[in-house]
Amino acid sequence: MPNNPWLQRQRYLVDFTIGALARRKGRNLALLAVYALIVFVLASVLLFSQALRHEAAMLLSSAPEVTVQRMVAGRHDLVPAAYLDQLAKIRGVADGRGRLWGYYYDPAVAANYTLLVPMSDPPPPGKVRVGATLARTRGLGVGDVLSLRSHEGHPFPFTVDGTLSSESALLTADLVLVCEEDFRAFFGIPAGLYTDLILTVRNPREVTKVAEKVLRILPDTRPIVRDDILRTYAALFDWREGMVMVLLSGAILAFIIFAWDKASGLSAEERREIGVLKAIGWETSDVMALKLWEGLLVSVFAFLIGYLAAYLHVFGFGASLFGPVLKGWSVLYPQFELTPRIDGFQIFTLFFLSVFPYALATVVPVWRAAIADPDAVMRQ
Amino acid sequence: MIELVDVRKAFNQGQHNELWAVRGVTLNLEANCATVLRGPSGSGKTTLMTLIGCLARPTSGRVRLQGRDVSGMTERFLTGLRRQTFGFVFQQFNLVRGLTVEENVMLPAYPLGVPRPELRRRARSLLESLDLGPHAQARAEWLSGGQAQRAAIARALVNDPAVILADEPTANLDTELSHRFLDIVRDLKRTGKTLIMTSHDPLLYQAPEVDRVIGLRDGHLD
Repeated sequence: MPNNPWLQRQRYLVDFTIGALARRKGRNLALLAVYALIVFVLASVLLFSQALRHEAAMLLSSAPEVTVQRMVAGRHDLVPAAYLDQLAKIRGVADGRGRLWGYYYDPAVAANYTLLVPMSDPPPPGKVRVGATLARTRGLGVGDVLSLRSHEGHPFPFTVDGTLSSESALLTADLVLVCEEDFRAFFGIPAGLYTDLILTVRNPREVTKVAEKVLRILPDTRPIVRDDILRTYAALFDWREGMVMVLLSGAILAFIIFAWDKASGLSAEERREIGVLKAIGWETSDVMALKLWEGLLVSVFAFLIGYLAAYLHVFGFGASLFGPVLKGWSVLYPQFELTPRIDGFQIFTLFFLSVFPYALATVVPVWRAAIADPDAVMRQ
Repeated sequence: MIELVDVRKAFNQGQHNELWAVRGVTLNLEANCATVLRGPSGSGKTTLMTLIGCLARPTSGRVRLQGRDVSGMTERFLTGLRRQTFGFVFQQFNLVRGLTVEENVMLPAYPLGVPRPELRRRARSLLESLDLGPHAQARAEWLSGGQAQRAAIARALVNDPAVILADEPTANLDTELSHRFLDIVRDLKRTGKTLIMTSHDPLLYQAPEVDRVIGLRDGHLD
């Protein structure tokens, strides 16, 4: 293979750089560790948020295109079944159904449950299917009795008929599926009223138009489009992500100061070494290239170690360090595995912001020593 | 070969601690000769050598190398010239700690991108000629004074320069090692090298291997 002097020069510079880093092992290992830790934390937050956003989007993809709620004095109220007849007349609406669901606060575990009547295959009267997390928290198995307090204040016993699969744990953590008869009896909701109405729209591009028509026909309702829910979740995760970043900003700032100090300070020995290199025939550009390699090697290694550790932390260990902060303030933390998802732009941004500033911080201060005449070496 | 015309060098010029280390030196140095710049501490001999070896630029005056004026050259050209023409042996040797002797010898040729096998061969050959072959893989900080000096000489020779500059080469050596150094001087002259040394050691400047002694005092020729 023909020798390329430029390439060979880079190899020599990298060899010398690795040797120089090893000569100051303690300092450089400490810097690498702290640097990698910062990258680890930032990357964990980004990876986890990204995965949660994607997970939420995947699960919400099966949600109805339009949900219609009735509003009274600005609050969500029960909606009459008769509204369905008017909604069915809207062009573009393929199907409309009433939905029954509600919240129940269980003081035993200080948690909120969602009671829901499924659209298909409801449990038999007197029986319920519960989310895996709820079952785990209450210690429930098939055949066990879950006794809840009805709207009249009496205990209302349900027998557990089964648990919901953990594949959809994000949505079913606190879910209790009941039949319509039990639901109405438990909450005291008479026939002819629903919690909300869901519409299926033929053409996805007409969803917004259909929502506008719903509002025109039934002005006391609030149509909620699925994309709006997705945007709300995205905003929520963005907000939580931002909150964690703000909390970490103190640590990040401390690291920036530490790294700048380490990178920009040249010890007497380093200055002497630069003088020797210049005296034996190295140009200023050679010395600068050396320092640039030093900065790049440290920062790239720190990035790789930190990012890989973050990947393992999020997708191997479920982001155990700060997952609860990003998932939500709920007692019932669903146990589920996130699908590994990497956003190339995010990696690039994190790489760029973590590698290049440090590399520059290493190079800039050495410039003054690098351009000095090397005769000072002769005087030492 | 090397010509200095009314060369002057000042440090901290214009400031309260201004110092004129060299004050108007005119000199001609012949090729293939061993020359010693002799003088007490503060006489300007080390400064003069840095000017000769293009390690620093004169405040005024001209330095010519084989007829070519190098005093006004940019740093980049000066460095290239320094690399090709001069090899330096520092008083404290200045070997890089943590590197092996062989790596230290190869260091001046790194920026040239010489293929590693060839560079390694060159370094080994130099070390063998200076009786340092068995110590090629030893760390530089493990060497004795005499061994370190020979390693520094090998490093100075790796780019096959025409001129070797040595600052107080016998300052850290005992008598026996100083004589050994003079043997090396003789061998280098035989291979066509030009040697310029600074010293206030009479063992060196009175040695028969030295062709010329130039005295300096307070920045002037004596």
